[in-house]
Amino acid sequence: MSQKLVERLQQEFGSEILATSSQHGDETISVAPENLAKVVAHLRDREGCEQLSDVVGVDYPERSRRLEVNYLLRSWSNKNRVRVKVEVPVDEPVPSLTGLYKSANWHEREVYDLFGVSFSGHPDLRRILTHHEFEGHPLRKDYEIEQGQECSRPENLFSDEDISRAAQRASDLVADLSGVEDEIHPSDLLTVNLGPSHPATHGALRVECLLDGETIIESRAEIGYLHRCFEKEAEDHTWAEVMPYTDRLNYCSAMLNNCIYAGAVEKMLAVEVTPRTRVIRVIVSELARIIDHLVCVCANLVDVGALTNYWYLYNIRESIYECLEALCGSRLTSNYARIGGMSHDLYEGFEDEIRVKMDQLKQGHDDVMKLIARNRIFLDRTVDVCVINTEEALSWGYTGPCLRATGLAVDLRKDAPYLGYEEYDFDIPTGVNGDTHDRIMVRMSEMIQSRSIVLQALEKLTEGPLWIDNPAIVMPPKQNVYGSIEGVMNQFKLVSEGIQVPAGEGYGFGEGANGELGFFCVSDGGGRPYRVKVRPPCFPIFSSFARLIQGRMIPDAIATLGSINIIAGELDR
Amino acid sequence: MGVDLDSPSNFMTTRLRQAVNWGRKYSLWPLPFGTACCAIEFMSAAASYHDISRYGAELVRFSPRQSDLMIIAGTISYKQASILKTIYSQMAEPKWVIAMGACASTGGFYNNYGTLQGADKVVPVDVYVAGCPPTPENLFFALTQIQEKVEKEGLEPSKVRHAARTQAQG
Repeated sequence: MSQKLVERLQQEFGSEILATSSQHGDETISVAPENLAKVVAHLRDREGCEQLSDVVGVDYPERSRRLEVNYLLRSWSNKNRVRVKVEVPVDEPVPSLTGLYKSANWHEREVYDLFGVSFSGHPDLRRILTHHEFEGHPLRKDYEIEQGQECSRPENLFSDEDISRAAQRASDLVADLSGVEDEIHPSDLLTVNLGPSHPATHGALRVECLLDGETIIESRAEIGYLHRCFEKEAEDHTWAEVMPYTDRLNYCSAMLNNCIYAGAVEKMLAVEVTPRTRVIRVIVSELARIIDHLVCVCANLVDVGALTNYWYLYNIRESIYECLEALCGSRLTSNYARIGGMSHDLYEGFEDEIRVKMDQLKQGHDDVMKLIARNRIFLDRTVDVCVINTEEALSWGYTGPCLRATGLAVDLRKDAPYLGYEEYDFDIPTGVNGDTHDRIMVRMSEMIQSRSIVLQALEKLTEGPLWIDNPAIVMPPKQNVYGSIEGVMNQFKLVSEGIQVPAGEGYGFGEGANGELGFFCVSDGGGRPYRVKVRPPCFPIFSSFARLIQGRMIPDAIATLGSINIIAGELDR
Repeated sequence: MGVDLDSPSNFMTTRLRQAVNWGRKYSLWPLPFGTACCAIEFMSAAASYHDISRYGAELVRFSPRQSDLMIIAGTISYKQASILKTIYSQMAEPKWVIAMGACASTGGFYNNYGTLQGADKVVPVDVYVAGCPPTPENLFFALTQIQEKVEKEGLEPSKVRHAARTQAQG
């Protein structure tokens, strides 16, 4: 299918497609910057690529066209993907795709911020992850990793003209709704900051709102308060050393990040993990998904005033953490998966304990459903609040539970199965309206589906090796390290030089707790990544937040922010 | 402290400082400055299993005006630093600070262009908690350390205390 897509494009555009390549199952085409918009528009309208998953910059200082921008497009309807690549010199702009995909806005801002690629026609090309006083572009290869820059004060997100325009719009809105001509003066609008330190933002992010009464006339979101430079750190470490950093992307479901990152590197190495490891990864991934949903839902319910659910759901989480702590020695940041295997095997009695925990989960889920399913306050706060439809959600780059809440049954575990997910029997819960209520309920149902997958996986668990048989990837057993010179050398090479990943590019992805979590890896053939780009599921979702809450009230914004599950660690990386 | 239960008026004698600090010690109102992973563990500490209210510190307030213990839970980036400083300065004296976790203490394993190398570059920290993230038990240990510190506080006005603190820091 994918092969044919590239052929069709070549027929359509002829020599305008500068090059094509196929590596690790990813189809790539290169185009000149001036043809980019045309080709991508064709892909969107004729080839069903509804979604721009990510925009990835890469810096090659030795090339004359130094900066490379990759556009990752996905078609859910045709179940395929294609990557479009453009190369530009430092001072040449790339046309913006904001007219084609709404998610392009923030993705392009990020590439501008970190690489200095300017996008012509972009409506709001400002820095996004670093602060407004920052100078230089940190992900360029000549930027020193430790060169920190202080920020003296937060940025003002609204200028006086913005406020005047918003006031004008508010006047129009009032006239439309009530038929009364009532001019709203700019000074009537109240500016309120939600965050960056606010109980309902669940982390470090900021939304500045212009209010008329309690109605949000306009808002702007600012992120980057937790920009811990994952991608720069990754370039500074070996492929294996990146693993603990992945824990801290989405820290509510660290196991999922571990497994998907390991899967991405294994894709680059073209190796398959053993059957036992596959099943263990499914088990821990689904447990992580359950924990992530528990945290999201309970925090969301606290935000709408339903505090009891917090105690109920957090107890289940604590109870599952007992097992995970016994398994990998830490609660939140597990660091459990390894490239080519798992750091160690399950402990004795793990299976039985997990079965008990899964019963507790069912019990807790049912208790909470009893409290909220027909609760008038809960329904009033969430039903028909901040609705988004499927088409718009796709354009904004929604994936995961938030996309499924709009009624579209897509899930990478079904649409592009990995780790043997095709062998498990589970449903994809969907919503109807795409409102806050649906987003919460999809998560509640998914916990039960994940529980079912965990129970099935426990049945599938067979004895067998954990690690693949490849000394170039896997650490030798300790008795070899201490007993033979080959073992010492093997360990020494793997630790000091790292696993040698063949040169090339690959995009490894999976269904994270909050949607498509992907790692776009570029290797120059050495032991350290040339570039690792995370595709965080909540980044594009949060870019639509201003659109979601426009015209709503502050309490709606709070209820919605919880339901889209923004985790600052993966949002800002 | 002397307690007289026999006399008809049932009285107790103590020092004012001791009585005040006794009250402060067991009613710390924390302000969780939660930015990252540690904030999730703070949520665990506040939830029913670990139950921070055993230490009298369950009244979590997100308003700096209403709290006297700042718990910096998570990485502080350069972008965040000025905000941390503002919020700290908005808290009324007396106030204490816990740097929860490796990032808040030293920057942790993030030594890069975006991360402040320890919250103590911006605000004075009383107790540092190791761990990435620390478990709720570790946080409780830090809380008891703060309580010990509170016990020894004087009752001087904040200006005097502040000057003494600055002098002590050199």
